[in-house]
Amino acid sequence: MEQVAIADQHDEHHEPTSFITRYIWSQDHKVIAVQYGLTAIAVGLIALVLSGMMRLQLAYPESFTFINPIAYYQFVTMHGMIMVIYLLTALLLGGFGNYLIPLMIGARDMVFPYLNMLSYWFYLVSVLVLVSSFFAPGGPTGAGWTLYPPQAILPGTAGFDWGILLMLISLAIFIVAFTMGGLNYVTTILQARTQGMTLMRMPLTVWGIFVATILGLLAFPALFVSALMMLLDHVVGTSFFMPALLSQGQLTDHEGGSPILFQHLFWFFGHPEVYIVALPAFGIVSDLISTHARKNIFGYRMMVWAILAIGVLSFIVWAHHMYVSGMHPWFGFFFAVTTLIIAVPTAIKVYNWVLTLWRGNIHLTVPMLFAIGFIFTFINGGLTGLWLGNVVVDVPLSDTYFVVGHFHMVMGLSPVLVIFGAIYHWYPKITGRMFNDTLGKLHFWLTFVGAYSIFLPMHYLGMLGIPRRYFANLTTDFIPESAQDMNIGITAAAIFVGLVQILFLINMVWSLRHGKPAGGNPWGATTLEWQTPQTPPAHGNWGPTLPVVHRWAYDYSVPGTAEDFTPQNVPVSPGHDTEDEEART
Amino acid sequence: MNIIVLFMVSVMAVFVWWMVLQRVTAKTWLEQGVAIDPRAGADFQYSHRVASKVALWVFMVVITALFLLFVTAYHMRMHLGDWRPLALPGTLWVSSALLLLASIALQAARHGASNNRRSLLLTGFILGGVFALAFLAAQWWAWQQLSAAGFLVASNPANSFFYLLTGLHAVHLLGGLLVWSKTAGKIAGGAPVASVRLSVELCSVYWHYLFLLWLGLFALLLNT
Repeated sequence: MEQVAIADQHDEHHEPTSFITRYIWSQDHKVIAVQYGLTAIAVGLIALVLSGMMRLQLAYPESFTFINPIAYYQFVTMHGMIMVIYLLTALLLGGFGNYLIPLMIGARDMVFPYLNMLSYWFYLVSVLVLVSSFFAPGGPTGAGWTLYPPQAILPGTAGFDWGILLMLISLAIFIVAFTMGGLNYVTTILQARTQGMTLMRMPLTVWGIFVATILGLLAFPALFVSALMMLLDHVVGTSFFMPALLSQGQLTDHEGGSPILFQHLFWFFGHPEVYIVALPAFGIVSDLISTHARKNIFGYRMMVWAILAIGVLSFIVWAHHMYVSGMHPWFGFFFAVTTLIIAVPTAIKVYNWVLTLWRGNIHLTVPMLFAIGFIFTFINGGLTGLWLGNVVVDVPLSDTYFVVGHFHMVMGLSPVLVIFGAIYHWYPKITGRMFNDTLGKLHFWLTFVGAYSIFLPMHYLGMLGIPRRYFANLTTDFIPESAQDMNIGITAAAIFVGLVQILFLINMVWSLRHGKPAGGNPWGATTLEWQTPQTPPAHGNWGPTLPVVHRWAYDYSVPGTAEDFTPQNVPVSPGHDTEDEEART
Repeated sequence: MNIIVLFMVSVMAVFVWWMVLQRVTAKTWLEQGVAIDPRAGADFQYSHRVASKVALWVFMVVITALFLLFVTAYHMRMHLGDWRPLALPGTLWVSSALLLLASIALQAARHGASNNRRSLLLTGFILGGVFALAFLAAQWWAWQQLSAAGFLVASNPANSFFYLLTGLHAVHLLGGLLVWSKTAGKIAGGAPVASVRLSVELCSVYWHYLFLLWLGLFALLLNT
């Protein structure tokens, strides 16, 4: 509590001097952001390899001796959990949140730099605990990423002993890390905005991260509660979730617990989690589209309101993940209605992105390609979401590949495309150098087309009724042989897309040294992070004086201005010295 | 799940109401200059003091969400048939009184800090921590009594929840005591009052909050 925030230190910014304080135990939000980002990408690569192995098994069942049913379920579980929590959440909030919030609102750092550093180190510990379960007796848990009891902690499920224990502990540590980071993000946005930066002048990226952080702070406790209670069921023998049951012929010590209670708690976290990932992505993509179409974002206010509406609604749709749990029909009806209502603000955002592109001066840069790719993918995934939101459609499709296709489109590929777009967009600011444009474009097209070849056919497999979660669909009457051909095709595409990511890694590493110097503002962007005195920004970000904000974040192609963008910190010109809206309306 | 949904909706309602106060309907694309910033007065400056308070309040909302989720689970689990209400030991009344004293002592310390009364600050602050430790000891004692009487953590869900809720509350108080011990060290070491004022104030707010939280939990445990 006694930490003096960097923003308070007007005279000196206590720049770290040694390598260790600068890059390892760093309290600089930019370094912490890169630490978060690199850790998340590293663990994401593990999850990518796991998905490749799952695909190998599905295409060529009975061909790989090292992939048995136990290993397969471990791959499924770890792939899902790593991607959702340890990659997407950590990268979008810990990575981009950390890097962009102080720079975009004109602050010198987060308000509690020490807490921010702790947040990263707790996150790293949670990742290490998770990864250590690969080496634990019995391997990682194979309970599926939703970790449903009772099976998650019963013999017969892979990793029912050590694996699930490490998973639950890792999640608890992650949540502590997120809470430390989240308190920082919210407080920084509320308190450390520079002069003139009103809330409604914040770039949508900050809005998305802000509301997503609030969702995370309120929703992650639900995961914490379910993890802790399951941990007690597992270790101490309580019966929060565990009913009386026979396990492998033996009566267990549990009685009376409710697995459905776990599902409610889990999805009370799980659905907001979708938006914890989606809202930062929505915000970022809005800024990418506006910048690279050289046009102000269409309907800024509506975009902010939509983010808020989605945030509120995301807490009352959770049970649409539980339509097949045997719930009361009126319950299903209620949640179907709320689910369809949340599509309204989401659709508003999509229309606004498309209308921002409309008659814009579209520059098909690499970030813009990824942003447009996101719009396509999100519409695809969103439309199948409307299907699945309806109980009668969801019940038959729920356990099929249709759902796998849906959520990979909407919550897998969509945010990943935004993340790639965002990395390409801010790479020049983070490193001071441009990436290789050709490699970047190649990376986009191969990833985009390749990923569609993976996930579009899955919808078709799902319509055929092919069950998800199965280790192998060998000779089953209702599954035509052609389905297996399609599985082989999907696997080929998946391996291909996985390998294509090497292009991205090469580009990022190669450009660090050999990229063209980027200059301070290569995209001609208006937001504050591009107006720093140095690139990459120095410790304290702004030199001796903080920037002062004179306008909103989207003054692109304003008639009568010399350039097609006016940064937020450019003072009002003499002919335009109106200080309030009445004068101009 | 009604309890937690109600809480979330209230939090969101407060947030949206606050947003409306922030000129959420402003047409910022038409506005230029810094004057539109409601904080734009000459004295606008980032205040670490205010930021710390905001962070603490946000944190307390998060803790409330956490405990209300447990209460929600408690409520749902309670109706499942095998629930046998737990007869609470009288020790919990003692511990409640101790936590109240801790809260009062820290309030006195806060008063001492804002009026530069060093002896009141020192006495109040130390007593606040000591009473909090005594509260934890009393809770531990209650645990011992219960388990000696055969009410073990896994023998009934009512017992499980009792140990879980009291334990988690204690963990949050322990976190507070960690901060308390740092500040207490400073005060005892003769640090200027102004340098610890913020910490003392934050500690007292957190203590009051944990006292109220305990009252809520105690009421729940007593009545079910």
